[in-house]
Amino acid sequence: MMLHNPRRSASKILRGLAGGVAVLALAGCHLDMWNQPKYKTLAKSEFFADGAAARPLVEGVVPFQVTTERNPRYSGVDEEGAFIPRIPYHVNRAFLERGREQFDIFCAQCHGRTGQGNGMIVQRGMKQPVSLHDPRVKGMPHGYYFDVITNGFGVMYNHAARISPRDRWAITAYIRALQLSQDARVDDVPEDRRDELSGTPNAPAASDANGGQDDHG
Amino acid sequence: MPQVFSPAMNAVARSSIIAAVFLAGAATIAFGALYRSSFVTQVNNPRPQTVPFSHRQHVAGLGIDCRYCHTSVEDAPFAGIPPTETCMTCHSQVWTDAPILEPVRRSWDTGKPLEWVRVHDLPEFVYFDHSIHVAKGVGCVTCHGRVDQMPLTWKANTLRMSWCLECHRAPEKFIRPRDQVFSMEWQPDEPQETLGARLLEEYDIKVGQLTNCSVCHR
Repeated sequence: MMLHNPRRSASKILRGLAGGVAVLALAGCHLDMWNQPKYKTLAKSEFFADGAAARPLVEGVVPFQVTTERNPRYSGVDEEGAFIPRIPYHVNRAFLERGREQFDIFCAQCHGRTGQGNGMIVQRGMKQPVSLHDPRVKGMPHGYYFDVITNGFGVMYNHAARISPRDRWAITAYIRALQLSQDARVDDVPEDRRDELSGTPNAPAASDANGGQDDHG
Repeated sequence: MPQVFSPAMNAVARSSIIAAVFLAGAATIAFGALYRSSFVTQVNNPRPQTVPFSHRQHVAGLGIDCRYCHTSVEDAPFAGIPPTETCMTCHSQVWTDAPILEPVRRSWDTGKPLEWVRVHDLPEFVYFDHSIHVAKGVGCVTCHGRVDQMPLTWKANTLRMSWCLECHRAPEKFIRPRDQVFSMEWQPDEPQETLGARLLEEYDIKVGQLTNCSVCHR
């Protein structure tokens, strides 16, 4: 009987130690601050039937900037439904550069950086888009470009959810700059800077000029 | 009262003291190794996904900009995981019968979103914001590594607080010009200290504030 006591106290100490370790371990695994009862963006949900925490827009909802009357800034068309022939933003260098950045992100994959329609995805099997330098395309009013980006065209999906209205206008402005550049003649270059051009006189100098721009972008 | 322990137990008792110290040390080292291991941090550990999406193919192979899919990275805390529509912009025309894209087509047909496994899962008491990092010249590569070389996506860094603080304490060692944030291959063409010090000034980065608790924790 006497022998028994120390053993019992030893096993008590052991159990105490084990308990302590367990408490520490449990405290270490206390994850309710790590995973709080809140939804992060695009999280999964067990509450909504479709399993997604992000809710689809209610049918007929409009962004709050857009008034119920037709606003050319968000539609690209005037009251008669004709494409507007202007860009409803002040076009300056910063606006064009924003346009170039957005064009290179969203458009160049298919349209190519110069707009010829030979982008990488086209080389991988996407239907080739018409060149942005095609006379028919060039003749379209500004609002048409905005409309195509907003609503898509042919196999091109709409990009309304990806590109903000302002950036769509910036892209439109940049496409105009591209069109000018691809059609530029030596006469367009100030006389004192013509030495900087490479290539033959009166050949479209644009690919050089534009290539340089892309490198800096 | 008989002796509970025989004299031979003295040696056991002494050696157990040494063994305990040794074991405690070994346990500490083992715990440290485990804590830093990719088993725990998930660093360099590709996560299986419903669709085996390859950043290498899309970024290095095709030259698609990060922002084509991660559209909100410049404006919002969350960089954005693209909706199925973004995938289908090309894959309605390209690779249309590839079996690995079947979940994408199913998602497009049913309207049920694709389920991606989160690779970078921060604790929810951290309020990370992509937009401010991008605006102040933290390159994608700085935190995410060479995503353009990842056939499947993995974490390149632990995203532990100690790791965050390396930069929050001395951002000049890591920041780059804004127009190079999305570049995968950018290298400074002047000493990083010189560049970093200049950019701190230019981008108005107040280093002292960056280690305030409330910068990341609310």
